[in-house]
Amino acid sequence: MPEQPHQPSQPTHGPLILIIEDELPIRRFLRATLTSNGYRIAEAATANDGIRQAATIQPEVIMLDLGLPDLDGLEVARQLRSWTSIPIIVLSARGQESDKIAALDAGADDYLTKPFGTGELLARIRVMLRRASLAATQGSGEPVIAVGDLRIDLALRQIWRGDTEIHLTPIQYNLLRALARNIGRVMTHKQLLHEAWGAGYEEDPQYVRVYMSQLRHKLEADPTRPRYLVTEPGVGYRLKID
Amino acid sequence: MSDQRPNPDALLARVKAEEASQSYGRLKIFFGAAAGVGKTYSMLQAAHERKAEGVDVVIGYVEPHGRKETEALINGLEQIPYRMADYRGATLREFDLDAALVRKPQLILVDELAHTNSADSRHIKRWQDVEELLAVGIDVYTTVNVQHIESLNDVVAQITGVIVRETVPDKVVEQADEIELIDLTPDELLQRLKEGKIYAATQAERAVQGFFRKGNLIALRELALRRTADRVDEQMQRYRRDHAISTTWPATMRLLVGVSASPSAPRLIRAARRMAAGLRAEWVVAYVETPNELRRPEAQREQVIQTLRLAEQLGAETVTLSGESAADVLIAYARERNVSKIVVGKPERPRWKDLLFGSTVDKLLRSSGVIDIYVLSGDFGDTEPLATPAFGTSSPQKAYLWSCGAVAICTALAWIMDPYFDPANIIMIYLLGVVAVATRGRRGPSILVVILSVAAFDFFFVPPAFTFAVSDTQYLITFGVMLLVGLVISTLTVRRQEQVKAARVRERRTAALYALSREFASLRGLEQLIPAAVRNIHEVFDSQIMILLPIGGGRLQPWGKISGWMNTIAPESVFSPSPADQGVSQWVYDHKEMAGLGTNTLPGADAIYVPLVASERAVGVLGVRPERRQRLTPEQIHLLETFANQTALAIARAQLAEEAQQAQVQVETERLRNSLLSSVSHDLRTPLTIITGATSSLLEPGQALDQATRTELAQTAYDEAVRLNRLVANLLDMTRIESGAIQVKKEWQPLEEVIGVAIARLETSNALAQHPLSTNLPADLPLVPIDAVLIEQVLVNLIENAVRHTPPSTPISISCSTAGSAVIVTIADQGPGFPPGSEEHLFDKFYRAQQNGSTRGVGLGLTICRGIITAHGGRIWAEPNPTGGAIFRFSLPIDGSPPIFNMNE
Repeated sequence: MPEQPHQPSQPTHGPLILIIEDELPIRRFLRATLTSNGYRIAEAATANDGIRQAATIQPEVIMLDLGLPDLDGLEVARQLRSWTSIPIIVLSARGQESDKIAALDAGADDYLTKPFGTGELLARIRVMLRRASLAATQGSGEPVIAVGDLRIDLALRQIWRGDTEIHLTPIQYNLLRALARNIGRVMTHKQLLHEAWGAGYEEDPQYVRVYMSQLRHKLEADPTRPRYLVTEPGVGYRLKID
Repeated sequence: MSDQRPNPDALLARVKAEEASQSYGRLKIFFGAAAGVGKTYSMLQAAHERKAEGVDVVIGYVEPHGRKETEALINGLEQIPYRMADYRGATLREFDLDAALVRKPQLILVDELAHTNSADSRHIKRWQDVEELLAVGIDVYTTVNVQHIESLNDVVAQITGVIVRETVPDKVVEQADEIELIDLTPDELLQRLKEGKIYAATQAERAVQGFFRKGNLIALRELALRRTADRVDEQMQRYRRDHAISTTWPATMRLLVGVSASPSAPRLIRAARRMAAGLRAEWVVAYVETPNELRRPEAQREQVIQTLRLAEQLGAETVTLSGESAADVLIAYARERNVSKIVVGKPERPRWKDLLFGSTVDKLLRSSGVIDIYVLSGDFGDTEPLATPAFGTSSPQKAYLWSCGAVAICTALAWIMDPYFDPANIIMIYLLGVVAVATRGRRGPSILVVILSVAAFDFFFVPPAFTFAVSDTQYLITFGVMLLVGLVISTLTVRRQEQVKAARVRERRTAALYALSREFASLRGLEQLIPAAVRNIHEVFDSQIMILLPIGGGRLQPWGKISGWMNTIAPESVFSPSPADQGVSQWVYDHKEMAGLGTNTLPGADAIYVPLVASERAVGVLGVRPERRQRLTPEQIHLLETFANQTALAIARAQLAEEAQQAQVQVETERLRNSLLSSVSHDLRTPLTIITGATSSLLEPGQALDQATRTELAQTAYDEAVRLNRLVANLLDMTRIESGAIQVKKEWQPLEEVIGVAIARLETSNALAQHPLSTNLPADLPLVPIDAVLIEQVLVNLIENAVRHTPPSTPISISCSTAGSAVIVTIADQGPGFPPGSEEHLFDKFYRAQQNGSTRGVGLGLTICRGIITAHGGRIWAEPNPTGGAIFRFSLPIDGSPPIFNMNE
């Protein structure tokens, strides 16, 4: 279907988001939502067009659909990641966890499961932009991360929940630190294993689960309803930043 | 043909054949005894007539042989150009089949059906070309000489001394729709030959010396006439059958040959065959089992079997009849079978016996009516006297002793009575004695008792006493009469006994057959039928039995090989066919003909194999291995065929029943699928309708909707979209489960985490807004090997189920516990619960609790749960909650051991 020329006027100076998605209705929805929230939009309907635009217009966040007609989304992520560090959020359907994990391991930063709501979408984008700006200004990230009533002091290696200091074992701390450094962003089991245990442990996701369970018990008010240490089913974990 | 009604199977076969022939072209053969009778000429004449009627006639191939009249007729008809073929340097004109097929006329003339085509033709023989023409619906006229018919080849060779090489198979001629005989007397034919109307002069000269000798022509003409007559006879038989006409029409030619156990029977058979061949008639050989015949020794009766077999080999039909009088039986049978000539052998018994007991030939001659009787000589007849019967179970010696004993008793009695009675009355006692012994049925002892009685009477009671002299010659008459009485009674008794025995044997067989059919009628399924058949046939034939049924691909396999007989039969009643025998049985199955021991085909086999055929379809093979490899009599074989028939019908019935059941299952499945489709489409369409309605309202220009209404509409559309999403997901999951595409990727997971994810998802979709959810997990809950995504789906489905079926504000609880090597997860609610007894049905596809109309949901949630839990090796079930409401539990087995963690790291 030919593109309708009728587009709402874009904001003139919000962050630029590149949408690589072949389905027109989804693009329309994204466009409507993002522009009405102050973002500028660029659209590409094919992978190659997307890659080209990524190079030319320098967006601040890329939204990449995994089911593109001409090139596998995974391949696109890999190609982009090879020459740019622009945050990439992949869009995929439910039940395709392995695709998401593969994309994340190939360099994507986060994912959204279709169908997704506006809230989730905006939250993810915010996180991406925040990281980008932090990385630009401070290099390795902030030393103290505060989320709700949790305070994670990476410099002093101290964790506070409200007024209570929580003691973590070394690996638990590594885990938390990995999540905190990537706050708001999903981390796959593999990545967490790599960060907390080191190379050579990437094939044992149950370790991560057990330790995450311990962390939840230590840090969450109700371990079965975690507020901060959110499980991304089939993919990994995320330290949620509201 | 003893039935009054026509045989339905034959009729059906004919109807089918007729139907088939509608689309098939019609073949008319112009038939003649020799070349030159005018077949081609008549054919062309007929063609012109048809052309005048408006039929599209074309000449395919006509060989004028240089005969002018024929050539004249060729003009005026369209001709398909010949195909020029090269043959050994010469160019031949051949019939162009392809051109004919392209031209596709209504009627085509193809001369000389027996012609062999040149090497580059599609078919070897022209009759094959003609068959192809017929198959596409083109009518064909063709010509055939009698010497070209294959089965007559050797007859013609005998007559003319010429072996004709170009032949047409009989079936082609038999299947022709019309045969017109072009007849010419030999004299006329020779005249035409002289006039050069057939061959050119030089050839004609040779022809007269060779093939066209007058004797040859006469014989060939007769052959041609007779062959045509046979065809007419067959048509008449068919007509009679169709219309069930049962009186004899004398024009038919069938012979009935009566044989006995005499050693000259084989000679009679051969003579009868010559006669039948000479008359070109069918012949039936009948053996009549009269009481006399039954009395013959075993060896002689075995000879009868041989004779009957010989008859079958020579091409006769054989039948065994039974009755008192051979003549009556033969005549009755002859009337049934529309026989016009009965053939018997010359009488062999001494004349006095014939005078006493009547002669078969005599009776035949007197009571045969319109049927002719032929008495053929059995050359060098040596007749054997009838041997004394070796009958009965007790030894002969005892019977003789009995005779003596009886006489002694009578004498004693008589002695007591002597003072008071006349000798004339005393003799009555001896008569009683004679009768008593004679009713035992043995001739020898009967004669002995008479002699002894007479002697005793003479000795003791006839004056002068104590001598053997006879004073009054009247007593000689008395003696004679007593002798006669004794003989008559014993003969009658023997006869009765023999008849009874024969009747008993027949009855036993009939009873067995009846028992078999009755058993079959009440049994269902092959597993019951086959053992029943084996048992019955084993009993009747006293042989080992095997039934072979086809498995995929038409290959036979002995029953019981895979699943075993499972104690349904005695093991010694079956045998296992050797590999060679398996080959024989395969042949039998493929050809639907008997083979094996005692038959003409593959007689070296261990057993006789009978095809099991029901409605023209072979359903298996029955193997019968008699004790001591003795061959079955033709009568036994006929009986075996009857049993085989019954068995085949029963098997076919069982198979059809199974097919019917499957068809019904399919119908049910179709029905179910249709109802499901309509239900699902309704459930899909409802949310879409709502969404469309709500959003189109929002889009409607010029509507004065306030913000609250707009929000409400948008919210409705959103909610419905979410519901639709869930429904679609359910359907997809269901499809995946059904097709086995669900892959369970088990990893060691903490259940707590999975539950947490499920709760999070539910909270996102706002499902738990009105239901407080409490969780209760033991702190030491072990890791469980599960697929987290799938189990999360199960939890979501179960909790949503609880939400949907309970009133607002009622609590829902999740708890876990360990039980042995499994973990049990329980979800309980406080709603109205489910109807008792429906625990199982809850998990059925598309089951919806019949509730107050607010059942939104297609009924797949629990089914999906069950599929997933089953794939994990666990179990899911429902219980009523003792405190009200429903409880759903599922178990997850813990296979293997989880990884060990050092908790201090």
